[in-house]
This record gives sequence, C-alpha cells and structure tokens, in this order.
Amino acid sequence: MLHDDTGRTLFEKSHPGQRGTGEIEWDVPRGGIDSLIPAKFRRKKAPRLPELSEGEVVRHFTNLSSKNHHIDKGFYPLGSCTMKYNPKVHETLARLAGFASLHPLQPADTIQGALELMWRLEHMLAEISGMDAVSLQPAAGAHGELTALLVVRAYHLSRGEDRRKVLIPDSAHGTNPASAAIAGFECVTIKSAPDGRVDVEDLKSKLSSDVAAFMMTNPNTVGLFETRVEEICAACHSVGAQVYMDGANLNALVGITRPGDLGFDVMHFNLHKTFTTPHGGGGPGCGPIGVKSHLSAFLPSPRVENRDGKFTLAKPSTSIGPVHGAFGNFLIMVRAYAYILAMGPSGLAQVGRTAVLNANYLHQKIKAGMACKYDGPYMHEFVLDGSILKTMGLHTSDFAKRLMDFGVYAPTIYFPLIVPEAMMIEPTETESRETLDRFAEIFLEVLRECKDDPELVHTAPHNLPLKRVDDVKAAKDLVLTHPFD
Amino acid sequence: MSHRFIPLTSVEEKEMLQASGVERFEDLIQAIPQHLRLARPLDVPPAMSEMALSREVRRLAQKNKGLSELVSFLGMGWSKHFIPAAVDTIVSRSEFTTAYTPYQAEASQGSLQQIFEYQTMVAEIAGCEVSNASLYDGATALVEGLIMASACTKNRKGFALASSLNPRYREVAQTYSSSNGWTFHDVAWTSGEGALDRKAAEKVLTENVGKIAALVVQTPNTFGLLEDLEGLADLCKAAGAVLLVVSDPLSNLLVDPPGVFGADIVVGEMHALGVPTSLGGPALGYLATWKKHLRQMPGRVVGRTLDAEGKRAYCLTAQTREQHIRREKATSNICSNQGLMTVAASVYMALQGPKGLEEVAEQCATRLAYVRNGLAKAGIKPLFAGVPFQEQAFRLPAGSRARVEAACRTAGLLPGVWLSDLMPNVPTETILVCTSETHTKQDLDLLVSILSSAGGAA
Repeated sequence: MLHDDTGRTLFEKSHPGQRGTGEIEWDVPRGGIDSLIPAKFRRKKAPRLPELSEGEVVRHFTNLSSKNHHIDKGFYPLGSCTMKYNPKVHETLARLAGFASLHPLQPADTIQGALELMWRLEHMLAEISGMDAVSLQPAAGAHGELTALLVVRAYHLSRGEDRRKVLIPDSAHGTNPASAAIAGFECVTIKSAPDGRVDVEDLKSKLSSDVAAFMMTNPNTVGLFETRVEEICAACHSVGAQVYMDGANLNALVGITRPGDLGFDVMHFNLHKTFTTPHGGGGPGCGPIGVKSHLSAFLPSPRVENRDGKFTLAKPSTSIGPVHGAFGNFLIMVRAYAYILAMGPSGLAQVGRTAVLNANYLHQKIKAGMACKYDGPYMHEFVLDGSILKTMGLHTSDFAKRLMDFGVYAPTIYFPLIVPEAMMIEPTETESRETLDRFAEIFLEVLRECKDDPELVHTAPHNLPLKRVDDVKAAKDLVLTHPFD
Repeated sequence: MSHRFIPLTSVEEKEMLQASGVERFEDLIQAIPQHLRLARPLDVPPAMSEMALSREVRRLAQKNKGLSELVSFLGMGWSKHFIPAAVDTIVSRSEFTTAYTPYQAEASQGSLQQIFEYQTMVAEIAGCEVSNASLYDGATALVEGLIMASACTKNRKGFALASSLNPRYREVAQTYSSSNGWTFHDVAWTSGEGALDRKAAEKVLTENVGKIAALVVQTPNTFGLLEDLEGLADLCKAAGAVLLVVSDPLSNLLVDPPGVFGADIVVGEMHALGVPTSLGGPALGYLATWKKHLRQMPGRVVGRTLDAEGKRAYCLTAQTREQHIRREKATSNICSNQGLMTVAASVYMALQGPKGLEEVAEQCATRLAYVRNGLAKAGIKPLFAGVPFQEQAFRLPAGSRARVEAACRTAGLLPGVWLSDLMPNVPTETILVCTSETHTKQDLDLLVSILSSAGGAA
C-alpha cells in the first residue's frame, strides 16, 4: 500500500540535497556568513533536519493528520475538556493581517483595535461570570490558576498577612495542587462527602487564619453543582480566606448562574473550553482570570484602559507584574470575542442549558448498563464507576479503547481519583440528539461485548491505525527523539 | 429557539427532558439554589449573524496598523518572517486544530508523531538530547527553566541572571520569584563588548556557595549580541549549579548551539520558525535538555514505542513528572501547551530543512550588516562592539529621538525598540534594530536614511 501508515518519520524520508523552499532573492550584497560571524561562534555540525520537497512535506503531514480523531469528524466526549464544535469563521478572523501581523512592542496608537477587542472581551467575561475585573494574560487554564494564586498572595501580603495554605478538594484537577505548590503554598486536601460534593465539615475544620484560599471546581469534577456554595464561601470569608473557582466546568453555568453571584472571589476561564476556541492538539489555550474588585489592583500588568475610546496600557504599582512575554494568547481572544458575538444573550442562555440537558439525557440512556458513583441530576458531565468491568476481567482503559473502534473518542478515564475505574463523559451542547442516541447504542453494545467476548475488548482497538499501544515500553525505553545513528 | 451552533429544536428539547425523567429544565438544576440563579439575560450585544460579527471583528482588525502596512524593525524576542503557504494549509486542517492533547494514543497518532518529530528537531537545533512538547512562550519557558534548575540542584533558590537578559523575561521571572523565594543576582555586561562579564558571574557563583541554582545567560542577548558560552558550564559545575541558556533557535543555524557548550537547560521563543508575531501570542516556548535531567523536566513529552502487533507507535510518556499524576509534587503545573504552534514549527522546519533555515538566518544577519554599514556612513555606531545576529543596538545622538520618531511616523516606519524605555543603565538614545529576510533593500534604505538624517548630529 502506498498510503503511509508505518510511522516513518520525516528524518527517514529525508533525501539530503533536497529542500521545500526556494532560495530567497538577494537585493543586498551577500558577503557570506564568514564575513558576519567569526569562526569561533560558527556552528560546526549542522542540525539533522529533514530535507524534502514541498509536496513531500505536505503529504507527510496530511497523512499524519488522517490518524487523528477530531471534533469535525466525530463525537469527542472527553470529560472536563468541553470538546464543543469550533466555528469556522473564527479561523478566518484570527488570521486577518490586522491581528496576526501585529508586533507586541508596537506603540499603543497602532494597536487600538487589538486593545479595544481585549477591553471588550474582558468586560464580556466579567458580565458572564459576575466578576468585577478580568485579565486575559494567562495562556492556559493552569497558567490562570497560578496567576490567580499569585494575585491572592499579593492581596494577603498587602494586608500584612503571609498566609501559607491552600485548601483543595480530593476531587480536584491535578493542576490545582500543582499550581498552588508552584505559587509557594502548602496544599491541604479536603475530603469529598458521600454525595460527591465537598465535605463542608472537613473544610470548616481545616479553615484558619493561615489559609490563603480554597480552590473549588463548580460544578465539581463528578458533574455536581456544589449546593452549599454560599455556606462554603461564608465560612472561608469568615477567616479571611479567598474562594477560587476553577472554571474548567464553567460551560455548565453559562446563562444559568454566575460564579461572582455565588460568592467566589476569583476564578479562571478556559477560552478553549467554554468559549470554543480550538484545542489544537494540546493548545494554544487561553486562561483569563476574573476577580472581585478587592483583588483587581493586583491583576497582571499591563492593563488595558479605556480613556474615552482611546485605549492605553497601564502598569499599576500594585500589580503582581506580567506572567507572559506579551499579552497572552491574543489570537485565541479574537476567536472567543467572535463567539460571544455569535451567541448573544439568547445563545449564551442555551449553552449551559443544553449542555446540562445533553449530559442528563445521555446518562439516562446508559445508566442501566453502568452506574455513577454519585447520584444526579448532573450538570454538564457525569462520571461512571467502571468497577463492574473488573468482574469481567476488564478495566476502564479496555472499555475506552473499544469505544474508539466505533468512531468516537474515549471519555476522560481514571479521573477524578475519587471514583474507581472512572469514566467521565461530557457531551457538550453542540451535539445532536442523534449523536447522543448513537453513542448510547455504542456504549451498551461495548458493554455487551464485555460480557460476551471480553477478549475482544481486552485487545481493542481493532479498527484504528494501530492496535493497543505499549505505553509501559515507552516509559521504560524512553525514545524521545528520532535515533539517527 | 435553536442556534446555528446548537442542534436542538424546542420540540427535541421537550422530548429529551421527558426522556431524562423531568418535566421542566429547572428540575435538572435543583442543586442550584433558586436565589442564586440568573434572573435576567446576560448584558452582552445581541446575537449576530456570521456576516455582522465578521464586520465587527474586521472593524477592529482595521483599526490596527500591522506589520503588513508598517515597515517595522521591532524585535526583542519577536521578529517577522515569511511563512510559506503550506504551513498554514497544514495548521488549518481540522484534524490538528480540533483534536486535543493526545491522551488516547491509538486515535491520536498524527499529533503524537508530529510532536515526536518536533521534539527531535528542537533537540537538534539546541544541541541537546531531548525537548518537551512545548511551553507557552519564551518568557514562561525561562520561568519553567528556573523551576527546573532549582529542582536539579536540590532546591537551591538563587540565580545569577545576566543583566542583558530580555527585560520582559526578567520581569516575568520577577513575578514568580516572591512566591518561590527566589533571589536574583545581577551579572553585569562588559562595557566594551556588551557581553556577559565572566568575572562578575564567577564572583556571584563563588560568593554564594551552595545557593546558586543556575547561571542564566541569553544569546543573542538583548543588545542582539552573541555570547561566548565556552567554559560557562564548567564554571557552573564547579559551583554545583546548572547552566541555563535562553537561545534564539534561528541563530543556532549559524552559531554553535548551547548544548554544544554543555548547557544543562536551553529555553527560548520559537515563533520565528513558522508562527506569525500575533501581538506576541500564540507564541511558542521551547525547552531542551538532557536525559539526565529528564525527571526534572516540565511539560508533556512524546515517546516512541510499539503497538500490540509490533508496529511503530507513539504515545505520551514519562508522565510521572506531571500534574495529573504527581499533583503538588509535579515538576510543573502546565497542562495545555502550544500544541498547534508546534505543528506550524514542524512544517516550517521540514520545508526549510537545514539549508533553507541557514539561508534565512544568513539573510537576517546580512540585512543587519547592510543597515550597520549605512549608519556608519552617517557616524552612527553600535552601542557595543560585540558580534550581532539579526538585531543590534545603535547609539543615536543625544536629543535626536523626537526628530526620529516624527520622521518615522510620517514614513510609516517603526525604527526599532527604544532600549532605555525598557532597561536601566542604557543611554537614552539607544535604538534596537531588528532585520529579517522580509525587509527589502528599499525598507533598509528608508531606515538608514531616516536615522541618518533625523538621527544625525543636530
């Protein structure tokens, strides 16, 4: 077969002497590299980069692309990642020269449109979240978490308090404790209650004047709204602790309720989740943070200011300083801005509503086969307990691989840690009933296979470019670059 | 009722609610106390058609003056380069844009192999053994490098930072420093060459025994000048520290890369290889290092392995460093990185190959030399005598800035970065000029003529 499915790299296809670009014209005298850079600096051994024609390069990457599952092709129920449809016009708009060709050090009077867009987006996100001020600078969700914690630290320090602890539920994303540690805090774990929500009594017993913040995901990672959120915020505030909302699951709340109204002091957004900017195979994301007014003085600099329609950049002395080399992932902001315009108040009202309905509808269809550890109704996602698979000699990972044989991506698996053999399913609002019905059929079919032909599931996938990939060998042998020799 | 992105009619909604065992949608959200629910529509502009929102977004784009309209010599970490059409053709493929982090290897071989190839090319350019799957940008890559250096040296918290480091990178590092308890020791540049003062570096390392995690040097430095890295790794080793180099990958086509000199960690900004300047983001931070430091490396990494039938396969690996496994003990909090930008860089590097990249680098350096020679005729000299790559600081006569700026505004030209606005201890009339292959002779002549007349002796 001519089609390349061998995993052969660019380096193996390389034929020295070839290249995929033409020589650039010389309209200035070419004195040669030796005249510019002394021998002691010169590179002695050229990097072993591939040497291929343009057509060969395009074909190589086109063939690679055909091996990816992606949203435009099929259902992608990866819980916690909000894999919703990415509108195409956003791609056109983000590529406009008036955005893509801007240099971050251009004078403010030459980037008025960009600054206006950022200013408007900040205000839209503030309105959607009920926060008072927003910084767009963090480049991804985890970066937003870290930035928010630096803001919280600066706030406490401004009051003469060097608080050391951050409280984090055991169901939290791994980024929460990792961000808290990098922000210099000691992490204290809060238990989940039997209903899957925060154990408020455990939380209260761990609150003290040394607690800087409580980080809470809402809805939480088992897809449940934290019903006692007001009581939680009040308890934290009574000892001066700030309440942080991990906005990874914000999609569930859009148009239904606002984190700011729930009592949160600070949060992050994932524009690549809730505001449908493409995930890009692992980024670029964009992780703005929203804060209540008492924290706004500490937001990263520079801040965009609107002076009667003239947009300027300010560096408040109270700011924690910049957290990115420029303004953050600006072209992602362009896409999110276009999305909010496309949705308007009427469309946004349907986002959370339909995301919640789709999750509950899908859960209803498959719950006879596999149960959740915690009772619903759920918000935008639900987490199945895959323990039943163990009775058939199988694991959640087997189930996930087999699902993919039917043209869908696997749910998020083995997370959150409080659910055994977890399988986290988030359909999002952009999936049709037909897709949900079909996925439910597939799910139940695979479950039947688990009972009738467990070996088939254990050896899955069977219909993908590769059979089961040996990740144990990958970790043991650690081949991280092409072995040239 | 229905929206073009939400495939749900009101009839379907009603039926699905019933199938979900409830009468009304509100029954599904009983967990949200009634008084906390939003009782009004959100105050954002009314929903727009694709035509109307395109008009609005284009209005904002047109309010900017981009590098396609202005002749710009701005640099300092970002430079404009030509990007072949094939790069965006591949980057635009929804197979790459609408996939996510390749958690399930069997359905993600495209992204995985692409990242593996990217890692290989980055390691080759930096002269190291391994690279991760990307970081947000150059400035945050430096911060990740500092965290890593600390971990490599049993949590030492001191850093010897070259004062000629990109001032914005330095500022970002400063933001992170208070929470990490980091101490920065400035290492001055030499007055004649504008290069790292080795004696000063040695002094910091020897006067703070057991405290310095890394010596941090940038090459080319903020004055655009190459640093001689020879012997720095030994200097660090003797002090139990690591050598962390911020390096411009394009320069490394012409200049021996940091890995050759034993740099432990190499970080920097890679957007110049296939990613538009984009107001500085999405950018592409990179980090390259050695296998011996792998356990301290931040971020995702892809490894090669086999599938059950012995076919070559790729998957995410060495994950026991990462936040989703190690939580507060992870080497970094990073999760989403700059995946799609690595596709752009991979395609760009594959198209150019070593010869094409070297030629682009030579074009950049040659065009700078052309400007330097032109300015010399008007008596305008570089601030320092060191060896530049594509960027160089020039000293204009005192009091000339206003005239230069006025002339540039008229001509639609951005002459460069006024260094003293961003760095202490730099003369006020110093301008940092960055050239690339995209500048025509006409552009260069215009710059030389404006700086020579307006910036010449008053």
